[in-house]
Amino acid sequence: PPGCPGGAWGKMLPRLERGEPAAPEPSLKSHGQAPGGPAFRPPAHSRHDWIGPPDRLSNLRPVIFHVPQDESALERRLREARQDTQAWNQQFWAQQNASFQQEKEEFIYSRLKAKGLAVRDETGQKATLNAEEMADFYKDFLSKNFRKHMRYNRDWYKRNFTITFLMGQVALVRALRWLRWKKKNVGD
Amino acid sequence: LSGKLRQFQASPFVRRIRYVTQYNKDLSQRAKPKSDSVASPFRESQQLDQEKKVIHKIIPISPVHQPLSKTSNRNELREMKLAAEIGGSATPLRAESKEERQWKEMKLRLDDLPGILARLSKIKLTALVVCTASAGFAMAPVPFDLTCFLLASLGTGLASCAANSINQFFEVPFDSNMNRTKNRPLVRGQISPLLAVCFAASCGVPGIALLTLGVNPLTGALGAFNIFLYTCCYTPMKRMSIANTWVGAVVGAIPPVMGWTAATGSLDAGALLLGGILYSWQFPHFNALSWGLREDYSRGGYCMMSVTHPGLCRRVALRHCVALIGLSTVAPVLDITTWTFPIISLPINLYISYLGFRFYRDADRSSSRKLFFCSLWHLPMLLLVMFSCKKSLLEKEEKGDLHGGNHGRAMEIRLP
Repeated sequence: PPGCPGGAWGKMLPRLERGEPAAPEPSLKSHGQAPGGPAFRPPAHSRHDWIGPPDRLSNLRPVIFHVPQDESALERRLREARQDTQAWNQQFWAQQNASFQQEKEEFIYSRLKAKGLAVRDETGQKATLNAEEMADFYKDFLSKNFRKHMRYNRDWYKRNFTITFLMGQVALVRALRWLRWKKKNVGD
Repeated sequence: LSGKLRQFQASPFVRRIRYVTQYNKDLSQRAKPKSDSVASPFRESQQLDQEKKVIHKIIPISPVHQPLSKTSNRNELREMKLAAEIGGSATPLRAESKEERQWKEMKLRLDDLPGILARLSKIKLTALVVCTASAGFAMAPVPFDLTCFLLASLGTGLASCAANSINQFFEVPFDSNMNRTKNRPLVRGQISPLLAVCFAASCGVPGIALLTLGVNPLTGALGAFNIFLYTCCYTPMKRMSIANTWVGAVVGAIPPVMGWTAATGSLDAGALLLGGILYSWQFPHFNALSWGLREDYSRGGYCMMSVTHPGLCRRVALRHCVALIGLSTVAPVLDITTWTFPIISLPINLYISYLGFRFYRDADRSSSRKLFFCSLWHLPMLLLVMFSCKKSLLEKEEKGDLHGGNHGRAMEIRLP
């Protein structure tokens, strides 16, 4: 039904609203999933993350992260950062898109009323506004949300850099580990 | 023509024709109600002039079941199966497995990598940047040096790849929310952000090094500056202020300047004129395009003139169409082209100015589309005419020009 969060992340939202962190259940061994989260379960033998279709509300694609058996502290920090950012992004965009839709409909309704037009005409077709009339709404919505967007941008850039930097560190550590292992094997 | 134009994509420095491939799709998508968002009871009308009255025709539903015939057993079985499916028992399972199939493992496959990197670097756009840089190189009043030309083109192409990759790296959540950009590699998780940054570095560093060491330091500096301008100024500014459009126009103007400096080694008036032409061209091109994307910009938080200052948007577009006429007239004054250039280019410049005026006056989708599509063929045609009217070195020698002066003297000495 409209308004009900759909897609794979739908069930995540209520937990976030309750203020609980989006942490995976420790009992799920290979992939970090929240209880009551996405219906999809990646195959147990898979050692990679899995990415799903775009969420209906936020248009973002959810990721199910692989939790390796020998996850180091650094790797855990990376995974948790990614999960946290994912949940944060999901909340922002779901709310943003929903409020846009709602305000757009309110605007159309009020404009139609002001023009004296019925919401539906004789044939049952819903009345619409053309792009020029909608322009006032777009301008208004953008300026209303400007500060929110500024804050979001700043936070997004920070998170994006942090995650990428952590990825770099993890990759470096893994590469060094592999080199040491190779050296040891060649030596033997 | 529109199909051909769909392949014509602008540089990231020219910046916005990248919308082209999706533009038509975007418009055709708008004809369908959005299925991936909360269902809206209202749909935006496509007609701007008057509201269309749609007449619905109620088609009488014919009975599903046909009278039984001799081969009825098979039909019956089919009908029963159909009924069972409609009954809904199979449908939720199929929907679920369909969703399951849409989940993809985030594993990088090496055979997919070239395609992914091409899309990450916006390869078609990059090709166009290289074309505008080549135009700058070709218009420079020096003998053509093939090695220099190839090095400059390669360096510019690599710099453009780097800039585009960083741009996509910054814009993942925004790209996800716009129809035009939602199939980009980072949005789809086909490549990790770390890999995107490494790719950008492995293109940008060799690219700028190639320009600095293989061509000349001035071109290298311009290339580095342009990458910085695009990734660190234009990309964040898109969400902060409408001034981003002017910054983006500069980004688009720099590649031909780079081509010129690669050939001559100096920043002449000719380089600035070519840059000026590209700069002015950006405005009718982008402002017309952005007129149709106002909803996506508003929802995504992009600060564009078309949303916040629509009057300014159209004025600026018209202003710069007319400026193109003026700039074309300056070309022969600076000895870059002959006087045939402003004369031959006048019809196309007048036409785009006319469409700019229509856009200014009508301010509707049809005039914005006309102006946008005109800008797509206007630029290559203008550059082609410019090249064909280029003042040849021989003509300059006859005039006793600075470049030709030395040659003249040398010839005098050789004669007995």
